[in-house]
Amino acid sequence: MSTYYAGLLADIGILTLGALSVFVILATNQLSLGNAGFMAIGSYLSSFLTVEMQWPLTGAIVVAALAASITGIVVGFPALRLKGIYLAIATLGFGEMVRSFFLVFTPMGGAGGYHGMHHVALGTIWIWTAGILLAILLLERSHVWLQMRAVHEDETAAGLVGLNTTLIKVGAFGLGAAIAAVAGALFAHHHVYIEPGNFGFERSIDFVLAVILGGSTVGIGSLAGAAVLVLLPEWLRFIADWRLAAFGALLIIVLLTRRQGLLDRPLLARLTFRSARA
Amino acid sequence: MSAPSPDTLLRLDGVSRRFGGVRALSDISMTVERGRIVGVIGPNGAGKTTLFNLITGAYRADAGAIVFDDHDVTAWPAHRIIRAGLARTFQNIRLFAGMTVWEHLLVTQRPGGHVLRGLVPLGWSNPAVTARAEHVLKFFGLEAYRNVLARTLPYGIQRKVDMARALASGPKLLLLDEPVAGMNHDEAEDLRKLLLRLNEEGLSILLIEHDMAFVMNLCHELYVLDFGVRIAAGDPAAIRRDPVVLDAYLGSEAC
Repeated sequence: MSTYYAGLLADIGILTLGALSVFVILATNQLSLGNAGFMAIGSYLSSFLTVEMQWPLTGAIVVAALAASITGIVVGFPALRLKGIYLAIATLGFGEMVRSFFLVFTPMGGAGGYHGMHHVALGTIWIWTAGILLAILLLERSHVWLQMRAVHEDETAAGLVGLNTTLIKVGAFGLGAAIAAVAGALFAHHHVYIEPGNFGFERSIDFVLAVILGGSTVGIGSLAGAAVLVLLPEWLRFIADWRLAAFGALLIIVLLTRRQGLLDRPLLARLTFRSARA
Repeated sequence: MSAPSPDTLLRLDGVSRRFGGVRALSDISMTVERGRIVGVIGPNGAGKTTLFNLITGAYRADAGAIVFDDHDVTAWPAHRIIRAGLARTFQNIRLFAGMTVWEHLLVTQRPGGHVLRGLVPLGWSNPAVTARAEHVLKFFGLEAYRNVLARTLPYGIQRKVDMARALASGPKLLLLDEPVAGMNHDEAEDLRKLLLRLNEEGLSILLIEHDMAFVMNLCHELYVLDFGVRIAAGDPAAIRRDPVVLDAYLGSEAC
């Protein structure tokens, strides 16, 4: 495989995880525009553990994911009081807060960035991506997922029929943050150099875009969205300077014609012939 | 005020609730004995739905105590009260629009065993959950609608799903908020038979209703509210003759 395609595949894997981190939070009807912040925490903490503490990467990823998860839960509690656009703005503020923190946090390089990580190859990235994607696909068939969807549909009614909406919403934030942190750790150890600018607002938007484009109601949509988002601008290179404009136009067309994204439940059912049984 | 008894499933002792300057409920005391069907009636604005919201933990009582199944649930959050064995339906049927009927019957159940069981695919974790959903689906005759999204269901079926969802959680007490609203006579009669069947199986029922004929033919005991105050209590025959009730609610033509 050429370095070019290996690079693209690595980007797809990391973006898939980023998209999944938004997906699980969105599944409870909460829109997070701050997941790059959780990604930054995962990135910096795992790099610190592997470089300064000489930890193995796997251990560093697990600890970084747990730490981000706790942060996510802490963020999730005030998020309970916010809905829709207000929550989106608050999480955006959180993301910028984390980025600004690493900008002035000189022990980890500050604005100059941080390096010294050992490069991980495509295989490692995709083992993590595939593993987490599989776990999400299984989670989608679980009882907890039904509860999350109920909260998404009607939070008040969900509470009144006996679901613990607080636990479900905060838990979703914790899980999303952990997945974003894994994406961050893999990003840091693939690029072997990180700086606060890697975890800006655009990164969070990319995650949301991948989910919306690929299909926000099914986990596999995150993979589809990430692939399109990474590959399409590349395939449009032949139109040179116009490619980003063309990319934007294509996005609008997709959203106008398929608001639910490229993949959704009825489409997946048709693809897997599950509707025939039903 | 009634004395505590092992047969008492739900007891309210002097429960009050005000909204701003409005006294929605004042000093309400009532009991539901195990295995009984109890009705709450009263004109619009009498505080019936507020009463339901207090019992299910959606609102907090300003004063008084609510005891359910020997637990003081006055300060419990809604999900905990409902987990203790209470389930409700909604006056305006609040289904989960994008979920199928089958999913409604699964979601209110509590998969037993370890917490992590909730995280693995349903088929692997707990056959009892799907078996119960299957039983409730059949009981309500909803088999044909199993994989239909709630938002596309006809009104009458939505009412059934609302009740089926409540029953799937395996309650000791079922709270029904105007169950026959919008139903014609035959549908109401079907529902009455269905509730009697559930009651025979041991389910206690507390319902709010406007439809007098329905309440009189179903309930063992009635409470009458007016302007947030309990004005009468007793069996249907006594309520029908109670002059206070006639004056406040039924009107002379109901005699």
